[in-house]
Amino acid sequence: MGILEVKNVGKRFGGLQALSDVNLSVAENTVHAIIGPNGAGKSTLLNCLIGKLIPDTGSVSFDGQSVLGRKPFEICQMGISRVFQTPEIFGDLTVMENMMIPGFAKRDGAFELNPMQRLLAQKDVIAHAEHALEDMGLADKRHMNAASMSRGDKRRLEIAMCLSQDPRLLLLDEPTAGMARADTNNTIDLLKRIKDERDITIAIIEHDMHVVFSLAERITVLAQGTPLVEDTPDNIKGHPKVREAYLGETQEVA
Amino acid sequence: MLGLNAKDMSLLIVVAILTMCAPLILNPFPADSAMAQFNAGYPDLMQKFVIFGIFAIGFNILFGLTGYLSFGHAAFLGVGSYSCVWMFKLLGYNVLPGIALSVVTSGLFALLIGLITLRRSGIYFSILTLAFAQMSFALAYSVLSNPKFNLTNGETGLQVYANDPQWFHNSERLPDLPHIFGLSMRATQKVSVGGWEFQFNTGYYLCAFIMLICFYLAIRIFRSPFGMMLRAVKSNQQRMNYTGLNSRPYTLAAFVISGMYAGLAGGLLSAVDPLAGAERMQWTASGEVVLMTILGGAGTLIGPVLGAGLIKYFENIFSKINDNVLHGWFSFLPDGMEDLMVTLIHPFVGKGWHLTLGIIFMLVVTFLPGGLVEGGQRIGRMLSRKKSKEADSPASTEPAE
Repeated sequence: MGILEVKNVGKRFGGLQALSDVNLSVAENTVHAIIGPNGAGKSTLLNCLIGKLIPDTGSVSFDGQSVLGRKPFEICQMGISRVFQTPEIFGDLTVMENMMIPGFAKRDGAFELNPMQRLLAQKDVIAHAEHALEDMGLADKRHMNAASMSRGDKRRLEIAMCLSQDPRLLLLDEPTAGMARADTNNTIDLLKRIKDERDITIAIIEHDMHVVFSLAERITVLAQGTPLVEDTPDNIKGHPKVREAYLGETQEVA
Repeated sequence: MLGLNAKDMSLLIVVAILTMCAPLILNPFPADSAMAQFNAGYPDLMQKFVIFGIFAIGFNILFGLTGYLSFGHAAFLGVGSYSCVWMFKLLGYNVLPGIALSVVTSGLFALLIGLITLRRSGIYFSILTLAFAQMSFALAYSVLSNPKFNLTNGETGLQVYANDPQWFHNSERLPDLPHIFGLSMRATQKVSVGGWEFQFNTGYYLCAFIMLICFYLAIRIFRSPFGMMLRAVKSNQQRMNYTGLNSRPYTLAAFVISGMYAGLAGGLLSAVDPLAGAERMQWTASGEVVLMTILGGAGTLIGPVLGAGLIKYFENIFSKINDNVLHGWFSFLPDGMEDLMVTLIHPFVGKGWHLTLGIIFMLVVTFLPGGLVEGGQRIGRMLSRKKSKEADSPASTEPAE
């Protein structure tokens, strides 16, 4: 039994059956990649996991508890963090403040009415945020406005924010989309390090096969809203059905 | 000190000195000079400065921090006003129970309206708040004013009548006007120095003292983890929700706090003048506080107070300049020129003061999106650059000498 269990999930948008009968089991402490051509339903599936969408049929459970009907912040408090395709950070706030917000979410829960406490007196949250920034190599940018950073730095910040809550499951939605090759390689190294250092399960949606085959231990191929095949990277590479549906005849894999 | 850092503390001290010395600062011209009409240091106007300052400080906690633009805050101002007058009618003319009740009722009212309106954001939230404020206005103006159940006294406005109970009022010992422990809100000490006349008014100093407390609390809110969460709401609500934070109670708390500030301002309006009318709840009053906040600088600490002061100054000073005054100013010109000048300026003063305000508002929003505070910061930066240049240049020329 995996930490994340998706059973018979279906989702329809008007006339489009985005997902149908999706079954997926993500084992604890593994990196599980979900790949598939455009429109295969990868992002829809991810949105069903974090409460942004509610599936029409089926069930989604995390660590034995159903996530259906829960609000995004509740699902996050259960231990699922998500990194978005375009980095979602607090652009108007400083990098340091960006790091402190998940710290407060972890320490105080979903809501805390503390208008008379001093922000600068929250030593534990500040120390934790500073440590996380140093770990990501963002310490010298702590007073910068987050919006003015490069895309690569924004991505690092977002990953750092998600990790600072010690999630048990980290969902990554095309973490290297739009990145230069060097930034992509840095991100791969970062994710590898995270995987080695922590007890964490990672589910990743990715187009870049280089990223997928560098990281993933299991791969699920999604096509037209249904899982086509699930296997290890080595088996996926040579799988004829995958070549046909996704990789095409001409492309040479990895 | 007081849980503030040095910079905030000095800002608070400056504001405290300015408000305490306002009767002096706002009366720069001798009482019988031609410029005396620009003096703003009379009790009625000074009270409006600080009361609307409180209103704008509270509005800024909602709009400046969370970005939720409410077009219905005048409803809370009105609720506060009515609550305070009701305390006068039932208990007596001491202002403290009235002010306390105005904060409580407006807070409850804001909680109710916030629960409904905060289900939407952006323009829909603004429209919902506007709708609620207009409904409140209609309630106050007509619905809640009928012979069977007269809560607001409709068009006439709620006021104290001779046959009201006033259980704790002792008209032998206490003034028949709002007072604080026997000291009438209208008590004014006039001090003449040379040609100048300064007025120190009880009502003003009570309101100013309360405004300082409100300002201090606003600084604390801005500098708290809660305040940072409110800025996070404005910056990226999606990220906030996917970070395990529930943004709804944060916005609701901000809405209720700013509603309580508005109610307090309404209560003080009644405390200095015990008459509460429905027009205080009209949408123009809601729009005014939006203008004040944007004009001064939304999201800044001192901006809303400056904006409130500027608008109230225009409303009360510019509106009093009529054609006679203008003729007086330009009497030194030949007749034709005099008439021409008066004709040119006429639309912008007197009843046309809104036109001047509108032009200033457009200029500020276009060239200083951060409001008057941004203007001040730019001037400050220019001065400091000049100073550092001046400091540099003598050093570089010295060797040549």
